[in-house]
Amino acid sequence: MADIFTAENLQFMLKGAGFSLLLALGAVAIGCVLGIIFAIFKLSKNKILNFFGNVYVEIFRGTPMLLQILFFYLGVPVLYQRITGTRMNANPYIVGLIALSFNSGAYQTELIRSGIQGVDKGQWEACETLGISYKTMMKEIILPQAFKQIIPPLVSEFIMLIKDSSLISNIGALELLYSAQVLGKKYYDYLDPLIIAAVMYLTMTIVISWLAKKLERRLSVSD
Amino acid sequence: MIKVEHLYKNFGDFKALKDISLEINDGEIVSLIGPSGSGKSTLLRCIHGLEKADKGTVYLDGERMDPADKAKYAAQRRKMGFVFQHFNLFNNKTVLENCMLAPMSVGGKSEEEARAIAMEYLGKVGMADKIDSYPSRLSGGQKQRAAIARALCMNPEMMLFDEPTSALDPEMIKEVLDVMKELGRQGMTMIVVTHEMGFARKVGNRVVFLEAGEIIEENESEAFFSAPSSDRAKDFLSKVFYD
Repeated sequence: MADIFTAENLQFMLKGAGFSLLLALGAVAIGCVLGIIFAIFKLSKNKILNFFGNVYVEIFRGTPMLLQILFFYLGVPVLYQRITGTRMNANPYIVGLIALSFNSGAYQTELIRSGIQGVDKGQWEACETLGISYKTMMKEIILPQAFKQIIPPLVSEFIMLIKDSSLISNIGALELLYSAQVLGKKYYDYLDPLIIAAVMYLTMTIVISWLAKKLERRLSVSD
Repeated sequence: MIKVEHLYKNFGDFKALKDISLEINDGEIVSLIGPSGSGKSTLLRCIHGLEKADKGTVYLDGERMDPADKAKYAAQRRKMGFVFQHFNLFNNKTVLENCMLAPMSVGGKSEEEARAIAMEYLGKVGMADKIDSYPSRLSGGQKQRAAIARALCMNPEMMLFDEPTSALDPEMIKEVLDVMKELGRQGMTMIVVTHEMGFARKVGNRVVFLEAGEIIEENESEAFFSAPSSDRAKDFLSKVFYD
C-alpha cells in the first residue's frame, strides 16, 4: 500500500491537478467574456439579442454538463463530418475547455446581469449627462462596479469549475480525478489515490477562497 | 438660451407635466420651486433629455432638440451640465478621475490636458486637496462640489441643478450654494430646482413656481418672494418660511 506514495506518482497526480486548475482558469476566463457579452444581450433593448441571450443561458444551464461535454466531444465531430465530409479529431483538453467555458458562461451571464442591474441608476445617468459612450460607460464605470459586487458568487463559480473539470475525465483528459483513477487501477487501490485527489482539490479551493478574500479587501478601498 | 414649448410628460396615469412653456435667457439664473411631486425635477430632466417628453419641444439657442438627429442631439446635450441631488460621482474612480473621464473619452483631450482642466475646476470648487479621494471618503458637500467640477470640465454653456443641496447635512448646504453663486456671478446660465428659498431669492433672477405639473406663477425673484400673486404660491411660501 505504501509504495503508492512515490515521488513519481505524486508528481503524476500533481500534473493532473495542474490540468484541472488550468482548465478551470481557462473556462472561468472565457466564460467571463461570454458572460459579459450575453449579459449585455439580455439587458439590451434589442429583442433579437434578448432572444439569443435567453436561449444561450437556458440551454447551457438547463442540460447536464456531462451531456454538454459529450456533445462537444462526440457530437460535434459527427456534425462536422456531415457538413464538410472530412473527419475531425477532437482533442479532449480543448473540447473540455470549450464545454466548461460555455457552461460557465451561462452561469456568469446571470451573475454579471444581476451585477450590472445592481449598479446604481445614477451612475448611468451621470454618464448620460456627460455624453460618455455606452462602451466607455460599460468598461470604465458599470462593469468594474458590477464585478466588485459579484466577486463572492464568481469565486464560487470558479470553485465549482475546479470540481466540475473532473467530468472531463469521461472523455479521457488526464485531469486530477482521472489521474487518481489511473493510479487506482494500477495498484488495485482506489482509497489512497482518491484521498490524495480530495486533499489536492481541497487545497486548491481553500487557497482560492483565501485569495478571493484578500482581493475583496483590496478592492474595498473605494468603499 | 432655452425655450420649452408645450411640454407634456406622463408616468403611466400620472400627469407629471401639463403643457409647460418656458424661456430661459443666457446668463439668467432661474429657480424652479414648488411642492414635492409638482414636476420641477421632471421638467429639468426633460430639458436635458434624461426623461423623454411625451409631447412638446425644447429649443436650445433657437435650434430644436430632436433625439432622432443623434449626433446633433448629443452635441446639444453636451452644452448642458447636469448636477444631481445624489451627486452620482463614479464610485470606482477618484475625484480627479471622475473629472478627467469625460474630457478624455468625449472631449478628445489628452491626459495632460484633461488633468489640467480637472485641476482648474477642482481648484475653483475648493477640492484641490481631495483629488485622490474616492467618493465614499468625502462628505456630501465635498461630493457635490466635485460633481459640479466634473460637469464644468465639459465646458457647458449652462448648468442644470436638480435639488443640489437636498441630500446634504445642513451645515454643508452653504459651501455648495457658495460655489453655485460664484458660477452665477461669472455669468453661467443656470436652472436650479431647489428648496433653498434664500438662494432662489438672493442669487436667482427669476422664479418659476410649479404645482401639479403646471406653471402657476413666474416672476422676478424679489417680486415673487415679496408679493406672490397666486394664492397657491402665497400658501406655499407661508408653509416653507417659519416665522
